[in-house]
Amino acid sequence: MEMLSGGDMLIRALADEGVDIMFGYPGGAALHIYDAIYRQDKVKHILVRHEQSATHAADAYSRVTGKVGTVLVTSGPGATNAITGIATAFMDSIPMVVISGQVPSDKIGQDAFQETDMIGVSRPIVKHSFMVQNPADIPEIVKKAYYIAASGRPGPVVIDVPKDYTAPNETYEYNYPESVSMRSYNPVQKGHSGQIKKAVSAILAAKQPVIYIGGGAIHGNTPELVTKLIKTLGYPITSTLMGLGAYPSTDEQFIGMLGMHGTYEANTAMHKSDLIFCVGARFDDRVTNALDKFCPNAKIVHIDIDPASISKTIAADIPIVGPADTVLQQMLPLIEKGKDKVDSAALESWWKSINEWRQKHGLYTKNRFDDQSEMIKPQEVVQAVYKATKGEAIVATDVGQHQMFAAQYYLFDKPRKWVTSGGLGTMGFGIPAAMGAQFAFMDDTVVCITGEGSVQMCIQELSTLKQYGLPIKIININNQALGMVKQWQDMNYDGRYSEILYEDSLPDFIKLAEAYGHVGMKVTKREELMSKLEECFAMKDQVVFMDIYVDPDEHVYPMQIPLESVGDMQLSKTERTA
Amino acid sequence: MSKRRRIISVLMENEPGALSRVVGLFSQRGYNIESLNVAPTEDDSLSRLTLTSIGDDLAIEQITKNLNKLIDVVKLVDLSEGSHIERELMMIKVRATGSMREEVKRSVDIFRGQIIDVTQSTYTIQLLGDSEKLSAFIDAVGESIVLEVVRTGVSGISRGEKILKL
Ligand SMILES: Cc1ncc(C[n+]2csc(CCOP(=O)(O)OP(=O)(O)O)c2C)c(N)n1
Ligand SMILES: [Mg+2]
Repeated sequence: MEMLSGGDMLIRALADEGVDIMFGYPGGAALHIYDAIYRQDKVKHILVRHEQSATHAADAYSRVTGKVGTVLVTSGPGATNAITGIATAFMDSIPMVVISGQVPSDKIGQDAFQETDMIGVSRPIVKHSFMVQNPADIPEIVKKAYYIAASGRPGPVVIDVPKDYTAPNETYEYNYPESVSMRSYNPVQKGHSGQIKKAVSAILAAKQPVIYIGGGAIHGNTPELVTKLIKTLGYPITSTLMGLGAYPSTDEQFIGMLGMHGTYEANTAMHKSDLIFCVGARFDDRVTNALDKFCPNAKIVHIDIDPASISKTIAADIPIVGPADTVLQQMLPLIEKGKDKVDSAALESWWKSINEWRQKHGLYTKNRFDDQSEMIKPQEVVQAVYKATKGEAIVATDVGQHQMFAAQYYLFDKPRKWVTSGGLGTMGFGIPAAMGAQFAFMDDTVVCITGEGSVQMCIQELSTLKQYGLPIKIININNQALGMVKQWQDMNYDGRYSEILYEDSLPDFIKLAEAYGHVGMKVTKREELMSKLEECFAMKDQVVFMDIYVDPDEHVYPMQIPLESVGDMQLSKTERTA
Repeated sequence: MSKRRRIISVLMENEPGALSRVVGLFSQRGYNIESLNVAPTEDDSLSRLTLTSIGDDLAIEQITKNLNKLIDVVKLVDLSEGSHIERELMMIKVRATGSMREEVKRSVDIFRGQIIDVTQSTYTIQLLGDSEKLSAFIDAVGESIVLEVVRTGVSGISRGEKILKL
């Protein structure tokens, strides 16, 4: 039997769990753990420049790989700095384990130096947390933490470890458990077959159906099963911001993203539908708009692994609790071989309407922005990035107008390529997320689509990118304002621009990039946009910061009208739906 | 949808932090808690928690679903869905002087309570029953003489063979 100290056990348990990379930042309460890291080479530690970035990087690493992200921070300020990233992962159901150092056990509760009640502070934004009470428990706690983070509806788990429990002078028997079973935690493994039968009849009886997928459709082999379902049924499919890429965006049956900035055809189809089949989405307020006006004629079939997500905002007529992939697997044979058939005549006329909506106001039948304007439009930048990367890049974003334009114009055909903070909408997510994604796939093109506001929230990571040679491409869609806020102020506050402008204080991003040892390029003219982008993406080994000046007055459309239905949208500055 | 008072009985791991997660859930999601009590069971790895909340069916469904989602919660049951027994203990200190002494004593007898401590000017009374009965007692003696009230909050158990156990 091997005898190890608490610190060594912790890192060994991570290695035995299969963790190959962790993102972190050292400090007093974590020093024994850092010493344990130094004395091994199985788990690689990435030194970020701010704990928030460690959480975003681990989160993105998880989003692109499907594995659990790992973070290590010290107590007090290290732990609190991690909070924003934990909340971000929590809202998007991203599996992550955050290990925080804590003051020594005998000092807990004494307002000791760098003491913060991490378990308390993180409580509402974690799936679960563990406070280590006895160093001998560390291997089992690690095993449970990864199991809980990854299974069921995934989410972040915190392990808080008092410093004395990681000290090198005391050792314990090390034994990494092969599996865990918890009497209080048994995620549902399968859908209820009676409910599935009912769902299949309802789905096949529909005349104006829409399949609506979300982040839950990214997991496991759900994307293939969703594709198979859609191809079998011939129905239209829409996706939330979080589900983009689970179904190929360039496929004809994909009618675009839905919701606040969803396409006209997706939102209109939802509103007029007689059946909504929701797979792994949660009818959140950025999708439903006013609940009392939500899709008045639609019967709702809802698959979700989390029972609490079902009938939370919109009551489901046929709820199915279970993992989306297993449930779809149970469902497909019934659809393919059952006696009920798709009503093809009804479906044909449904598609006819949808295609008319596409022609009328769709984002992809023609450009809905002025592509001959004097200034570059932000939408064009995303279109050009899409072209320059052949639609194959991993795209991380920040939050704002640029994020919505990225969602609308970068058409993802594969899952786990789109890395965005949906539920929390965390500015500052972009660069660290791109960093985490690049660590997972060193040879892939990783793009960070950001704005001059957001990018300044975690810009210090330019230094981490240098240290580890991560050649991400930063596309700064520079509209010289907190554009999304400005849009709301335009639309709802008569253009009173309260605190969204920088008054000539924006840094010279080119010089800034150069100061960190990277390449910077400025683009101001339409004619040079494509060629400069091609130049940027040709620099395979370099971080390139593209500072692209765009029209500061552009708005994101469509935009749902507050307090109205899913289908009520502002389509441009002057048009709205009837 | 009509609001009703519910009694939710929860079996959970007797772990540090478990209770704060339950209580936190209520404030985080804006659910109301009327009363809450918790103590270990015969199996000291488990605690039994009873809480009462007022809400419509949808709200209560969300509460039970979210409680079930907590990793520490092993099992739970909405006792108000079936026939059940509920009890609450109250200790109440009242001013009892002159003719009031007899009157209060009579009320205590009617409500089948016990006087468990006496001074020249006060009685401390113990009363067991459902919450309504306890409230009725306070009304009966009159709030003006009440000096202090301690209530344990509701505990509940199903009638008949039904049990909440691992
Ligand atoms: C941390 C954080 N603070 C504030 C906000 C609110 N917010 C949402 S979008 C936005 C403006 C973002 O500006 P920029 O990054 O330049 O993007 P743009 O909208 O101009 O494309 C703000 C302030 C937020 N989402 N996150
Ligand atoms: Mg901006």
